[in-house]
Amino acid sequence: METEVLYSNFKSEEYFINMGPQHPATHGVLRLLLTIDGEIIKKVEPDLGYIHRSIEKMCERDSYQQIVHLTDRMDYLSANINNEAVCLAVENALQLEIPERVKVIRTIIGELTRIASHCLWWGVMGMDVGALTTYFYGFRDREMINDIMEETCGARLTMNYNVPGGLMLDIHPNFVNRVKEFVAHFKTKLPEYDRLLTGNVIFQKRTVGVGVLSREDAISFGASGPVGRASGYSCDVRKHHPYSAYDRVTFEEALRTEGDTYARYLVRIQEMWESLSIVEQLIDNIPEGEHRVATNAVIKLPKGEYYQKVETARGELGVYIISTGTKNPYRLKFRSPGFSNLSLLNHIAVGGKIGDLVATMATLDLVIPDIDR
Amino acid sequence: MSYFSDIYKGIKTLLTGMSVTGKYFVTSRKGAITQQYPDNRDTLQMFERFRGEVIMPHTDDNEHRCTGCQKCEIACPNGTIEIIWDRGIDEATGKKKKKIDQFVYHLSMCTMCGLCIDVCPHDAIKWGQNFENSVYDRSTLTRVLNKPGSTLMQGVED
Repeated sequence: METEVLYSNFKSEEYFINMGPQHPATHGVLRLLLTIDGEIIKKVEPDLGYIHRSIEKMCERDSYQQIVHLTDRMDYLSANINNEAVCLAVENALQLEIPERVKVIRTIIGELTRIASHCLWWGVMGMDVGALTTYFYGFRDREMINDIMEETCGARLTMNYNVPGGLMLDIHPNFVNRVKEFVAHFKTKLPEYDRLLTGNVIFQKRTVGVGVLSREDAISFGASGPVGRASGYSCDVRKHHPYSAYDRVTFEEALRTEGDTYARYLVRIQEMWESLSIVEQLIDNIPEGEHRVATNAVIKLPKGEYYQKVETARGELGVYIISTGTKNPYRLKFRSPGFSNLSLLNHIAVGGKIGDLVATMATLDLVIPDIDR
Repeated sequence: MSYFSDIYKGIKTLLTGMSVTGKYFVTSRKGAITQQYPDNRDTLQMFERFRGEVIMPHTDDNEHRCTGCQKCEIACPNGTIEIIWDRGIDEATGKKKKKIDQFVYHLSMCTMCGLCIDVCPHDAIKWGQNFENSVYDRSTLTRVLNKPGSTLMQGVED
């Protein structure tokens, strides 16, 4: 009789717990409302809005040159690619002819940004699954890119280097040498990444088969970037809708079919190799010419709707501008990759453990200001 | 059996990882990238394009190059720059002429986007290298960039 009473005390029941907004594994102010049963996750509900700055509304107030610097603050790890997206949208609307030099430099800096972003992600990914060493190694290599950015653009994170019509300044004389130095350096360090983390048994046990996303679900949830490509969904904007100088370089689209956390990890590692190869192809033959085309001091887009998408380090960033012919956009909408990738978190995390949720979130590579804007 | 093979694999990958970290442990002096920041302030050199704060260079004769055209004020997305201008008498022609009274720069609102310096037609303002801007009172971050009694350099507007 007593045994039965004891058992009823330990009845399984669901309960609710907050993860965030001040949780180190959410990489920012993301709050997840978890419904859990023991350690099994029943439901994940993201709660957004903690870092909402109404960037889209501020864009309606600003001129087209001023909008660019706001996009630095969305996905700050691929700031330069965000800038490029707005500039391309404005340039396409104005039907400006952009010099080849600008296109090539934009591509090189975009790929360097991607490597820097993936370096940070790799370090943080290791830290999330309990390997602190990777954090320092990832940041060491990112530091070199940050120095290149600082020398050429003037800032390390929020560069604001692109302007509608080209680049704010020409590249620094040291730029080419420094990039070559970095490529040579990073080629010796990437195999080290594999030795340190990829082949590690503990890491593989934490990631293989965790958070599986099928190809159909990836498409229906609007996944893009490495998350979509790890599920076998070929969605690389650089490949399918080339912009800037991506049509003249050869690179492989990193594709895997497993769709689990480990596949997303491997896709990003392969992307770093591909980015290195793109930089190598372009760095030796940057065309001579102007670094900027003169535009009107007050840019007025013709009446109409314009859309431009680019591939950031996280996936597809879309910029949708509605213009009524004035100096400000009537409406500007950003289709951010992080928001779509977060939406599938509930789908892939349910049924797993809390520890798996941390590993899954790490490979979704969420940047919260990008989600909230 | 998998129990023992797991232990073997675990130790093997542990040693593989340790060989990477061990290499850096032995050769740490060569690859160190960290800077001893407050101690190296005397020798610390920022990059020439580094965006620390907006400054207005003055010559030894206390002359600046700002004509008060207010293009930077219009270009600024945040209202960081505020130009208080006046009409002075041009000594050469004797006519009234626009001149700056105070070039107010609110550093606390500045996002270092560089649009003001990009748009300035006379190179009157440029980037300063100072980045140590922490203060106890936010109001001290509002600065007047033109020095007291400074005048416009001759020939800037031509």
